[in-house]
Amino acid sequence: MTRPLRIAAGQGFWGDWPEAPYRQVTGGPVDYLMMDYLAEVTMSIMQKQKSRDPQLGYAKDFIPLMQRILPILAERKIKVTANAGGVNPRACAAAVAEAARGLGLQGKLKIGIVTGDDLLDRLDGLLARGHPLTNLDTGRPLRDVRDRVLSANAYLGAWPIVDALRQGADIVITGRVTDTGLTLAPLIQAFDWRPDDWDRMAAGTVAGHIIECGAQASGGNRLLDWQRVPDLANVGYPIVEAHADGSFEIVKHPGTGGRIDVPGVTEQLVYEMGDPAAYITPDCVADFTTIHLRQVRKDRVRVSGVRGKPATDRLKVSIAYAYGYKAVGTLVYAWPDALAKAEAADRILRQRLKDLQLSFEAMHTEFVGVDATHGPLARKARDARDVPEVQLRVGVRARDEAPVDRFTREIAPLILNGPPSVTGFAGGRPKPEEIVAYWPALLDKQVVTPVVEVITV
Amino acid sequence: MKKQLLAIAHARSGDKGDTANVGLIAKHPKYYPLLVKHVTAARVARHFKGIVTGKVERFELPNLHALNFLLHGALDGGGTISLKTDAQGKVFSTALLRMEIEVSR
Repeated sequence: MTRPLRIAAGQGFWGDWPEAPYRQVTGGPVDYLMMDYLAEVTMSIMQKQKSRDPQLGYAKDFIPLMQRILPILAERKIKVTANAGGVNPRACAAAVAEAARGLGLQGKLKIGIVTGDDLLDRLDGLLARGHPLTNLDTGRPLRDVRDRVLSANAYLGAWPIVDALRQGADIVITGRVTDTGLTLAPLIQAFDWRPDDWDRMAAGTVAGHIIECGAQASGGNRLLDWQRVPDLANVGYPIVEAHADGSFEIVKHPGTGGRIDVPGVTEQLVYEMGDPAAYITPDCVADFTTIHLRQVRKDRVRVSGVRGKPATDRLKVSIAYAYGYKAVGTLVYAWPDALAKAEAADRILRQRLKDLQLSFEAMHTEFVGVDATHGPLARKARDARDVPEVQLRVGVRARDEAPVDRFTREIAPLILNGPPSVTGFAGGRPKPEEIVAYWPALLDKQVVTPVVEVITV
Repeated sequence: MKKQLLAIAHARSGDKGDTANVGLIAKHPKYYPLLVKHVTAARVARHFKGIVTGKVERFELPNLHALNFLLHGALDGGGTISLKTDAQGKVFSTALLRMEIEVSR
């Protein structure tokens, strides 16, 4: 029998805990370190950085991290899959290679690079050839916003990573690859799963979904019995311990904090879920209604029974485009009558904006401490008259910058010419912020060709 | 008698564009039929009246003793467009747990 393969999650998003990957590769045996860096809007931020400097456009903190752990990875033969490459995987790989050479690892390290996801330069050709890239939410064709597009990337799946691993890559750096593909690929490679073995493709996809948000599966951001989750300061990030038959267990390193149990794994399974019977990836359609969870022992949950269906013939495409501008201003009002003062300030502000004849696509007021997260549901639930303080939080949004900029000059005056007992304005005038919006679409698989290179450092 | 969902369920939510999802999980398998019976899509839509502008869809996961709700038009445009503190619907789940259902004894 093949021994189980252990894949450790090291980052749940770009900006996650810097200590996590180090702890994952030093806290016990693992075969792979998997790191997910890309949220929906991350690609457009990276595209902006690349347009200023062609050597940028990837998750920069990946480089010092690799510098720190490369000697450990080499010594313990731990491989890495990471979509840290963003919109510039080659530059990211070059920077990692340079770090490796600095550590004396010349000739000892192979880096796989997965590209082909970037469609920005191909958009006009695709539109001309009859791919409308219709917005999945609104039904509008991409040509409506074509001149404002900032980035466009197809979500690639596990197979290009498998390709790189089969060519001997120790570290695979990708662009826009699905979060789940980063976990599925090492399983396919280790157990030699076939592409049409849909149940195993689905099992690896579910494994990826459970660990792709890091500690969110091992006690972090967990609601049930949250006060009794032990030692979050020392939280152990989740590890998939997978078997050739597609079953796997979720575990963490011994001696770490957090908790791995059925309720916690269930919370992560339903996170960002759509139709549970059809979790669509480039590699398969996973059926989350077939997942069976069982607590094997403390901090060990067994996942089995996962069924899958054939992959669709299309890929999801994530497009970012310039939408307009927004700004959010805040002031804090103190007891007595904190809420009434904040409400009065909001009325005065709205009157002044109206008198200035400023036009906004949207204006939104929240009274933080009273209704910001639960809206009218919270207002109904409790008498808010006696709260010790309330933060007035007002946001506006417009296609043009001018009205938003004018709005930002109307907050501070309220300190001296509005209701009393106001503070919390040390940050100064709010700044208009460019809105980069997200445009989800589908594209025929056959027009996207993943590119795999493997370089020796 | 009335029971607040907080007493019998836990939940986690996330976003996809302007849609928030709320996964509602029974604290014990014996509570799952109560969730199925009482926490219907229509009931959830009423609960979030004035907050969710689009339709509410419900999916059942008997294997996990959980329901998944998609709340369309819940996030003022979603992600980066939204002016809300909870632009990504991260705590929508806790707002659902305020709901009270009628449980016969």
